[in-house]
Amino acid sequence: MSLAFGTRKGAGTTDPAAPSTQHLLRRKRRREAARTLAFLSPWLIGFSLFFVYPLVSTAYFSFTKYNGIGAATFNGLKNWDYVLNQLPTFWQGLRNTLWLVLVMVTLRVAFGLGIGLLITKVKNGAGFFRTVFYLPYLAPPVAATVAFAFLLNPGTGPLNHLLGELGLPQPGWFSDPDWSKPALTLLAMWGIGDLMVIFMASLLDVPKEQYEAAELDGAGPFQKFRYVTLPNISPIIMFAVVTGVIQTMQYYTQAIVAGKVASGIAGNSGQQFEPGYPQGSTWTLPQMVYNLGFQHFNYGAACVVALVLFAISMAVTSILLRRKSGFMASDD
Amino acid sequence: MHATTSRRGRRTIAAVAGSAVLALLASACTGSSESGGTDDSASGKDVTITFWHGWSQDNEVKAINDTIAAFEKAHPNIHVKAVGNVADDKVNQALRAGGDGAPDVVSSFTTNNVGMFCSTKAFIDLKPQLEKSGIDPAKTFPAAMLNYTRFQGNQCSLPLLGDAYGLYYNKKAFAAAGITAPPKTFSEFAADAKTLTIADGDSYKQLGFMPLYHGYESTTEHFLGQYGATYFGADGKSNLAADPKVAAMLDWQKGMVDQLGGYAKLEKYRATFGEEFSAKNPFHTGQVAMAIDGEWRTASLAENKPDFDWATAPFPVPDDQAASYGRGYQTGTIVGIASTSKKQTAAWEFVKFLTTDTDAVVNFANAIHNVPSTFAALDSPKLVGDPNFKTFLDVAKNPNSGTTPASVNGGGYIVSLQNLGYDYESGKQTDLKAGLAATAKQIDTDIAQAK
Repeated sequence: MSLAFGTRKGAGTTDPAAPSTQHLLRRKRRREAARTLAFLSPWLIGFSLFFVYPLVSTAYFSFTKYNGIGAATFNGLKNWDYVLNQLPTFWQGLRNTLWLVLVMVTLRVAFGLGIGLLITKVKNGAGFFRTVFYLPYLAPPVAATVAFAFLLNPGTGPLNHLLGELGLPQPGWFSDPDWSKPALTLLAMWGIGDLMVIFMASLLDVPKEQYEAAELDGAGPFQKFRYVTLPNISPIIMFAVVTGVIQTMQYYTQAIVAGKVASGIAGNSGQQFEPGYPQGSTWTLPQMVYNLGFQHFNYGAACVVALVLFAISMAVTSILLRRKSGFMASDD
Repeated sequence: MHATTSRRGRRTIAAVAGSAVLALLASACTGSSESGGTDDSASGKDVTITFWHGWSQDNEVKAINDTIAAFEKAHPNIHVKAVGNVADDKVNQALRAGGDGAPDVVSSFTTNNVGMFCSTKAFIDLKPQLEKSGIDPAKTFPAAMLNYTRFQGNQCSLPLLGDAYGLYYNKKAFAAAGITAPPKTFSEFAADAKTLTIADGDSYKQLGFMPLYHGYESTTEHFLGQYGATYFGADGKSNLAADPKVAAMLDWQKGMVDQLGGYAKLEKYRATFGEEFSAKNPFHTGQVAMAIDGEWRTASLAENKPDFDWATAPFPVPDDQAASYGRGYQTGTIVGIASTSKKQTAAWEFVKFLTTDTDAVVNFANAIHNVPSTFAALDSPKLVGDPNFKTFLDVAKNPNSGTTPASVNGGGYIVSLQNLGYDYESGKQTDLKAGLAATAKQIDTDIAQAK
C-alpha cells in the first residue's frame, strides 16, 4: 500500500482533489489510531501501572542507596557489586531456588501427568478420585505447610512414627538441611490438583481415532503414549513447565512458614527470625528480596535480587517457548 | 496503508506509554519527607496527636488506652488518637511520606530499627527536649535500655517498658535431683543440666537445659548478655573476632550441646517442643527443667499453672566473671517522635509522660507484665510484688546487664552471628576463629553497604 502512494507521487499527479484525499486519509488514520488506543487503553494503563512502572522503578532503585525513609541517592553499581560479589547468601539462595525449579517443577509435572493419566483410565468412582486429588490444591498454602510440618515432625510426626515401625530410616524433614527441600517438594506434589485438572482435560481431548489407528499399526501402550498422547498434550506440558518455573521462581510462603514452624522461632514482635532454616537450606531469592528490603532496609540490594529473578524467569521462559514443542505446536 | 497506520499507531502507543511511565516514575521518585514543627499546645490550645503502636492483644490495648486516658486527664488540651497493631514496615512508609495520616509518636517492639530511625533522622533527636525538661537520661533510665534507644550519640528514642532475661527452673525437678539452689556460674549450670537430664531410649524423659540456638530464647545475643561482650569497636567495626568473650560463649554453648547428647539428638528432641508462647512450651510441660526466658513467662506460667513449682533467678555467668552474677540481656519497646510531625511540642509531652511518669510506667508494666523502664518505676512500691518477677527487675537494674546495640542495618549483624552459631553448634563450621573472622568481615561489609 505504501508503494501505491509512492507511485502516485512519482507520477507527479496534479489531481486537485489529491490533497483533500490525503487529508481525509490522514484523518482516517488518526481516527483508527485513536480507536485502537481507546480499545487498548485499559490494558495499556494496567500494563504500565502494574508491570512497566514497577519494573522501571526496580531498575532505578537498584542503582540507588535507599532505606525506605530518606531520599534515594544514586550509587552506581555498588548494590550490584554487593549482591553478586559480597553477599554469599545470594548464591546460596540462587542454588536453592534453581534446585526447586529443576526438581520441584519436573516432579510436579510428571506427577500431575501421571495422576491425570490414571484418573482418565478409572472406570468407577472417577469423580471421587478427581475430588480427592484436587482438594489439597484448595488448602491455603500457610495451613497446608503448617500441617505438613506437623505430619513430618521428626520427633512427633506420624510419618516418622510409621517409618520407625517399619524399620525404615526417619529423616529430619524440615529440620534437616538435606531433607528440607525434598520435604517442600513433597508438599508441592501433594497440592497437584491444578496440574491434574489441566492434564486430565488435555488427555480426554486426544482424538480416539489416533489411538485406534496406532493400535491397528500394532502400537503398544508405551508407543501410544510416546507417539500419540505426548505430541497431542505437549503444549499443555509446556504450559505446566513455564507456569511452574515462574511460580517456583517466586517460591516464598511455604519455605518461610516451614522454616518458622520447624525452627521454633514464631517471629513474634521483637523476635529475630532469619528465613532459610535449617542452615539456609530453604533460603530462596524471593525471601531474600523481602529480607533485604523490609528487614535490613536495603531496598537497592533487594531490587538487584528482584531483577536477577526477573531476568532468570524471562530467560528460562524464552528458552522453553522457543522450543518447537511449545505453545505453537497446537497450531501446526 | 495498514503498515503505515500500524507503525504510527505503535509510535503513538509507545509515546503515551512512555509518558505515563515517566510521569509515574517521576512522581514515585520525588516523594520525600516533609519537615516537622512545633504546635501551640504549650499555650493551652487544643491539639490532637496520632500515636502508632504495635500492641494488639485485648489486655495490652486496654493497658495502653488506660495510659493514654491518664495522659489526657493530666493534659486536657492534648488529645491522642491511638492506632494499634502497626508493624515497622508500615511505620517506615508513614515516616517517609508524612502527611495528615502519618503518626506524630511511634513505638516499636523491636530495638533493631533504632539505628535506622536515628541515622535517617526519621525520629527527632530528643536531647534538647530532655534537657529542657530537666531529665538526665543516665539517672532516669537503666544503661542497657539507654544503649538500645540511641545511635552514635543521637537519642532518637526512649525506652517504653523493657524485657529482661533470666533463668526459670523447675523446683520439683531440682528437688528430685537433690539440687538445692539455682546455679550461679556456668560450671554449676553445666553440672545441674547434666544431673537434671533423664534419658529415655535415644531421647529424653527430661532435659536439663536446651542449649540449641533454636531452643526458643537460647539465642546467641541472650547468651552473650551473660558475658558482657562488645559487638562493635570504637571505630564502628565488628568486634566479634577480636573480643575473646564471643568465642568463649560459642565454645561454652557447643560444650553444653556435646555434653547433653550432641546436636542431632538434641535437635530431634527440640522438634517435639510445642509452641513457645503456649501452654505447650517445653518448660511448662516439664520437657526441660531449666530455661532462659523473659519476664513475660512469669505471667504465662501463673496462667497455665503447670503441675510443678517453679522459680526464677538470674541466668548464670561464666566462672571467670562470677562477680557479675545478677546481670542479663535486656531489650524492650522504644518510642520516638516522627521528624515529619508538626505537633512536636504535644508529642514530646506525651512521650515524656509515657516514658518518665513513674505511675504511668508502673501501671503499664503491671498491666502487661513487662519490666518498667525507669529507675524510679523499678523501685516503685506500686509494682506487683511477685518474687519471681522481682528477679527481672533486679536484672534490669543491674549495671552489668547488656543489650545489642543499634545498627544502621537493623538486626543484620545479630543474624550474621546467629548463623555462625547454627553452623558451629551443628558441626558445619569447625574452625571457630576463621568463622568469627568471616562473620565480622561480612558484618562490616553489610554495614558499609547500608551506610
